[in-house]
Amino acid sequence: MEATQLIAQASQMSMTEEVLWAGLRIVIVVGFTLSIIPLIIWWERRLLSWMQDRIGPNRVGPFGLLQPIADGIKLFMKEEIVPASVDRLIYMAAPAAALLPALIIGATLPWGPNRLLTPIADVDIGILWVLAVSSFGIYGVMLGGWASNNKYSLLGGLRSSAQLISYELAMGVALYSVVLPTGSLRMTEVVATQHEPLWGVVLWAQNWFIFTPYGLLAGVIFLITMVAETNRAPFDLPEAESELIGGFHTEYSSMKFAVFFMAELGMMMLFSGVFAVMFLGGWSPLPLNWEYLANQSDLAGVSWLSSPLLFIGGSAMAPVWFVAKLAVGVSCYIWLRATLPRLRYDQLMALGWKLLLPMAALNFVVVAIWMLYGWWAFFGSVAVLALLYFYVVAAILKPRAERDKVEIRLVDVPVSTAKTIEVGKES
Amino acid sequence: MSQNLVLFVALAVVVVVSAVGVIATRHVMRSALSLVVNFFTLGILYLGMNLHLIGIGQILVYTGLIMMLFLFCILLLNLGAPQMLYERSPIKVWAAVLVSGALIVIVLSQVFLPMTGAIETTAPDDYGRVRTVGNWLFNKWVYGFEISSVLLLVGIVGSILVAKRRG
Repeated sequence: MEATQLIAQASQMSMTEEVLWAGLRIVIVVGFTLSIIPLIIWWERRLLSWMQDRIGPNRVGPFGLLQPIADGIKLFMKEEIVPASVDRLIYMAAPAAALLPALIIGATLPWGPNRLLTPIADVDIGILWVLAVSSFGIYGVMLGGWASNNKYSLLGGLRSSAQLISYELAMGVALYSVVLPTGSLRMTEVVATQHEPLWGVVLWAQNWFIFTPYGLLAGVIFLITMVAETNRAPFDLPEAESELIGGFHTEYSSMKFAVFFMAELGMMMLFSGVFAVMFLGGWSPLPLNWEYLANQSDLAGVSWLSSPLLFIGGSAMAPVWFVAKLAVGVSCYIWLRATLPRLRYDQLMALGWKLLLPMAALNFVVVAIWMLYGWWAFFGSVAVLALLYFYVVAAILKPRAERDKVEIRLVDVPVSTAKTIEVGKES
Repeated sequence: MSQNLVLFVALAVVVVVSAVGVIATRHVMRSALSLVVNFFTLGILYLGMNLHLIGIGQILVYTGLIMMLFLFCILLLNLGAPQMLYERSPIKVWAAVLVSGALIVIVLSQVFLPMTGAIETTAPDDYGRVRTVGNWLFNKWVYGFEISSVLLLVGIVGSILVAKRRG
């Protein structure tokens, strides 16, 4: 329906007009991403300090708001140190390769209902585009780590590629299980599906995927994998300070160092946008059906309510709500960083392969069964699959628990390097 | 038409240059990176032709994951340029020249015949769209699709068996 309208609209425009509108859409997204990054840096430092009972940067400008600009000037002016034996071409290209995905991943995100301004391309592969771009987002990290000719950097690059391959799968499968009820990979249609009545019956509420059982599970899995894909704490193994100095960016200085961080923060923000579009109803501020509520208030005799309701849920305010959701997402990233310690490498791999991927795949199967056979089949299959899953988990965990009984670990380090004492034996 | 041609030429030049770069450089990392650029630009080229699914598949599967594994292996094994890959047997060189020449003739025939007007190239409007491909894949070609997925599963299980075998 909307797609045909769009095509009709497009055919009325001349080629030049179309190109101009497309250019405007690109400028909006890229300009917003680049100009909001200093604010995210400030917010990260302030929020993190408040969570850690510190004050944080508050000297430059009101509330320290100009601190990122001062930092930026400092980084521009700093001497640029390039180690002697680096592969110069790849060393220079790596920060650019890191920033590219942050600039293009927003290409299919709808920020509001106005098709002329957003998204840049409303193509029927919108969700696949996000997955594709996020999958080569790691090239910058990997190439930077390799080109620096430093053992620690190389280890950081290696870790990031292994981490990405492990979490990309779970992320994809988690997204597909909300694509299935939508019936389209187009992001605007995912949003349109979520603006329908909740569970098909509650007329005043919106059917955000986070409120459906399968969507909740998929949302939690996507949330974890998106933190892993952006290399943020607790999944920041590629730059683990305590082990790898600075990981992939050890040998980078001055503006190249800053570009890596711009890329990371930009990806953080846009992944929050993907989460909002896929699970939180896109640009709608609250899960309420605004037009239905406005009609009801007209009927109930409180017609003064209807125009504010329509305004709140309307297209003028939509980008504001969307940006508010981005802010909440970024704050959650910072909250995670302040709260959780870094995972160990084997824990990271176990979480990705043994928990997230099977859960996402089972979720996908359950959604397919529900769509074919209805709610009873849904609950039945959930019960059967949960039993199967816990049976398998118990089967895996039981020998391990028995094995762990006979050894006392002196320090909490990976098993392969830990010194163990077997009880009842002289060592 | 002319704008399309400009876009096509711009992308095609990148594709060809990066493809030559894959075999022209002796540096294994740069060679692999040329292949990354090649795959990515090829994906963009497909997207420009409205072949959405194959274009995004090219970027997602090849650029994103397969090349990532290539680079992972290069990083992990710290590979240099392998000397043993330089071909010295003249018969093999001539065979390679012959086969690639035949390949070029096939490709060029597909390019030149439509340009001279001998063949009309048309595709339905929904050609290559997600919905169309999905319909074909899960209706007409469902057995082939499922058999290939079982084949992949067998490959995965087999690789685990090989990796786990002791002694």
